[in-house]
Amino acid sequence: MKIVIVDYKAGNVQSVLFALERLGAQATVTSNAEEIQSADKVIFPGVGEASSAMRALKENNLDLLLPTLTQPFLGVCLGMQLLCQHSEEGDTEMLGIIPVPVKKFEAAVKVPHMGWNNLHHLKSNLFTGIKEDEYAYFVHSFYAPVTEHTIAQSSYPEPFSAALQYKNFYAVQFHTEKSGPAGAHILQNFLNL
Amino acid sequence: MLTKRIIPCLDIKNGRTVKGVRFENIRDAGDPVELAALYAKQGADELVFLDITATNEKRKTLRELVREIARYIDIPFTVGGGISAVEDVEVLLQNGADKVSVNSSAIHRPELITELASRFGSQCVTVAIDTKSTPEGWKVFSKAGTVDTGLWALDWAKEVVDRGAGEILLTSMSNDGTKNGFALDITGEISRNVIVPVIASGGAGNEQHFLDVFEAGADAALAASIFHFQEVPLLGLKKFLAENKIDIRC
Repeated sequence: MKIVIVDYKAGNVQSVLFALERLGAQATVTSNAEEIQSADKVIFPGVGEASSAMRALKENNLDLLLPTLTQPFLGVCLGMQLLCQHSEEGDTEMLGIIPVPVKKFEAAVKVPHMGWNNLHHLKSNLFTGIKEDEYAYFVHSFYAPVTEHTIAQSSYPEPFSAALQYKNFYAVQFHTEKSGPAGAHILQNFLNL
Repeated sequence: MLTKRIIPCLDIKNGRTVKGVRFENIRDAGDPVELAALYAKQGADELVFLDITATNEKRKTLRELVREIARYIDIPFTVGGGISAVEDVEVLLQNGADKVSVNSSAIHRPELITELASRFGSQCVTVAIDTKSTPEGWKVFSKAGTVDTGLWALDWAKEVVDRGAGEILLTSMSNDGTKNGFALDITGEISRNVIVPVIASGGAGNEQHFLDVFEAGADAALAASIFHFQEVPLLGLKKFLAENKIDIRC
């Protein structure tokens, strides 16, 4: 199986590589269109700020390539938000693959939402073998609301999308690569798709 | 619900843990990776590695250590100690660290916080604040608690958040090492007055102290020797907190 990690200089690529290595899987880190198109699985990590990440994607023409992909695709954290439509972070037009907006948490709670929180309302083969209310590690200041494309929820304190799916595009707000054995299990589920 | 975090802190010198860790069932207590793996297995929510190496070899040793930790540990970790430049942080994050903590260098040059936040995002910038109770109130000290910076702890906390810090690691030098409990008043006051999470540090001696500091408003609590010496085992601590209605992962 050929796994690629999309490289646009805005991801915690090394942590994802190590998480795959712990599962016995190897991945290629690349921004090359042909490499990405020919992969069986594509992982799209991301940390940092939305508008600069979008700029980095455009510099590599990845904003045009990614929406055309048809193989199982996993966005992680900012990689999830980049798949959405529009983000309140920097008033940024995102890739628009998943028709969901990205909003800022209300000032009533501590921001960033940082730490371990429960996953609930799980409904996808991405979560096969994961129990309701399993914990995952989050760190983010913006969120996607719950919509028909939500496949897992978390609450802070209101429910938001902990994971999204639209066609072949899967996306998780939490860090699978840092969420202990449960995170590893979810990553393995993605590789099994 | 978002849970409160328990964070063991490991002091590192030349790539090895210091502070005389006493563990049974561990092959090499001086190996930070092995100790970290044990803590992760026992339910630590995050780890902090504080590098106290003071040589030119430091960067290379630390980079290699961070890489090994990231290779084997599947929970988030923060690296601190002598970080003063954007380039230092870039190397640590590229090798798998999730967050860095800055302390004296941010006092010396507060712009550093903004530079790090705009380059890497606030979520990976923890500002460590060492504070002491003085007759006038809680003040910020630098150089391991020896130098009074003239800053008020609350004012400095608000400033670092304005400048882009994503988290505050608040250590009370007045409580550190006493095992009489965390500094509840200043921890609560800062936690109520900033939007970012606050990690309480200094003074933990028993399970009740953790309960007290979470009830006072801390988002996370850090300790070192009581975990290293198994005076407060992690599993038991988390169970105790859960029984006392603290949202905790266990």
